[in-house]
Amino acid sequence: MTTTGKMEDAIGYPLRLALPLFAFFLVFFAVPLLILVWMSLHSAPDSADVGFSQYVKFLGDEFSMGVLVSTLWVGVEATLLSLLLGFPLAWAFTKSPGWLRSALMLVILMPLLTSVVVRTFAWIVILGRQGIVNETLISLGLINTPLRLLYTEGGLVVALAQVLLPLMVLPLITALSRIDSNLSDASFALGGGHWRTFFKVTVPLSLPGVMAGCLLTYAAAVTAFITQSLVGGGQKLFMPMYIYQQATSLLDWPFAAAISIIFLGAVLTVVWLFNRLGRLSQGFARA
Amino acid sequence: MANGSEARAAPAQDLAIVGLTQRYGAVTAISNINLDIKGGELVSLLGPSGCGKTTLLKAIAGFVRQTEGNIVIGGQIVDALPPNRRTVGIVFQNYALFPHMTVAANIAYGLDVRGLNRSEKASRVDEMLALVKMEAFAGRYPRELSGGQQQRIAIARAMAVKPSILLLDEPFSALDKNLRLDMQIEVKRIQRLAGITTILVTHDQEEALSMSDRVAVLSNGSLEQFAPPTEIYDAPSSLFVNTFVGSANVLPGAVVGQDAGEILVRLDAGETVRARRPVNEIGSGARVSVCLRPENIVVTADGSEGLPGFIEMGLPLGATIVHEVRMADGTSLKISTPRADFSPLASGTPIRLKVTALANVFPLA
Repeated sequence: MTTTGKMEDAIGYPLRLALPLFAFFLVFFAVPLLILVWMSLHSAPDSADVGFSQYVKFLGDEFSMGVLVSTLWVGVEATLLSLLLGFPLAWAFTKSPGWLRSALMLVILMPLLTSVVVRTFAWIVILGRQGIVNETLISLGLINTPLRLLYTEGGLVVALAQVLLPLMVLPLITALSRIDSNLSDASFALGGGHWRTFFKVTVPLSLPGVMAGCLLTYAAAVTAFITQSLVGGGQKLFMPMYIYQQATSLLDWPFAAAISIIFLGAVLTVVWLFNRLGRLSQGFARA
Repeated sequence: MANGSEARAAPAQDLAIVGLTQRYGAVTAISNINLDIKGGELVSLLGPSGCGKTTLLKAIAGFVRQTEGNIVIGGQIVDALPPNRRTVGIVFQNYALFPHMTVAANIAYGLDVRGLNRSEKASRVDEMLALVKMEAFAGRYPRELSGGQQQRIAIARAMAVKPSILLLDEPFSALDKNLRLDMQIEVKRIQRLAGITTILVTHDQEEALSMSDRVAVLSNGSLEQFAPPTEIYDAPSSLFVNTFVGSANVLPGAVVGQDAGEILVRLDAGETVRARRPVNEIGSGARVSVCLRPENIVVTADGSEGLPGFIEMGLPLGATIVHEVRMADGTSLKISTPRADFSPLASGTPIRLKVTALANVFPLA
């Protein structure tokens, strides 16, 4: 401890302690990623040629591009729905008395405590032809024949939004509870009603939480292999399943690797756009 | 409405608190408070934490709805009005400026609600910035301002909407001591200039005494005394007020006689002192607490008469020296002397003390 550097003073513990984690990331994250990049540069599974032929193949293929776009789009839809459902819930949480908070937190965390597979199967039960929604609508006489809810994009978006809701709600709760309650009182005292206070004060100040929640939800939604496959069914192909098929069924590892890298790049681009948007939208509160 | 000079000439509104009681479940935060505040007056609500002063402030602002009693602003009962329709301006302890808005946008916030057009709004914002001498800071964000500057903006924001009452919630507690005095003078200046009825909540007695036209001392949810600062200090109505405002030596004694407008009290430590006649008559022979201000006790020059005692220690406190004196009967008291008159006395020095002003007496609890 006598030979401490400046860095160590700043963080309060020796950097050496982070070495195991660093090694873990190196071996199980950085190295595999590099291997994946290297693999994607091969023109065929057994070929020694190195080049960008796999990338050219993907980007020039209408079907592949369609899968990419619909995957990214489903993520946007699920994220927006999740935000729409999550914001009121997070807001209600921060306004609730203590006992109700505990109850709400349990409800919010419940999805995280059950396996994704179980949660997704629950949605199959709810959305199926003889599922809860259809049975209810038929018994109410609103429809005669069951609606097709399962294996549709709408069904998938709803299921994803529910399954991923905690990822949206938890950052929102953090951001909303950080807002000084005097600020809304100040708004009221200046003559602002509840709506003005909400849109001019609460929403702009919760944007950091909105950003964090959207990023987490989006990243989870586009890569939600199980939910996409089970609720989305075989009707529509999404990137995770596409990669899986190429790698395990067709054994086209270089192409699977290239799709993975493209998918990674695309998701990072959307995340970057989200960030830009968040920074721009902070300006709207200025009078 | 855009006419600048009109704002300052806006008639000041009276504020009346009538039999106000606020209960939270079984806890009574304030009970039966009555205050009649004249238009343009600056009144402090003074008391220790938990005395109910903040509850009273919240009730005036409309953030809590009182259990009983009325709040009357300018002759109109406002009990049923929500905070956004009471035209009560409030400056919070932490200022509560909107962090995502510039100084100008903060000040304009309340004007948007009132539907002023762009030029009316701009001229009102400029007028407010001039009032608090912050013209150069319109485009800054609150985080780029010092504590004192943030406070000026918080005042400007509250005043922009021409409130009928201005509430200041411990506005100086976050400022360091030197800046605090500057801001107290500044707030007093703005308040006089605008002629606005102002309620200042504070636990700092010096602040209350120096700034207010009248001070309302609160304790345990009840009003102890409501009077001008000098009266609060010189003629406190209760032992609590006497000890909370300024410092006081509380000595046991007994009433021994009456004199025109005054009473005579014999201290247990010896010596008879003259005291102000209390509001509620105290008969001869009654046991009382005698309160003596430290600055009203002096060391006699010749040392032949007066209360005998020994110096325990002397503390030079800038402009004054405070001596702790142990009396013959073992009780101790503090005396304070201007430093120019005196140099600190060594511990153990035998002295005699004389009381130079009327004491205050209160029946023993």
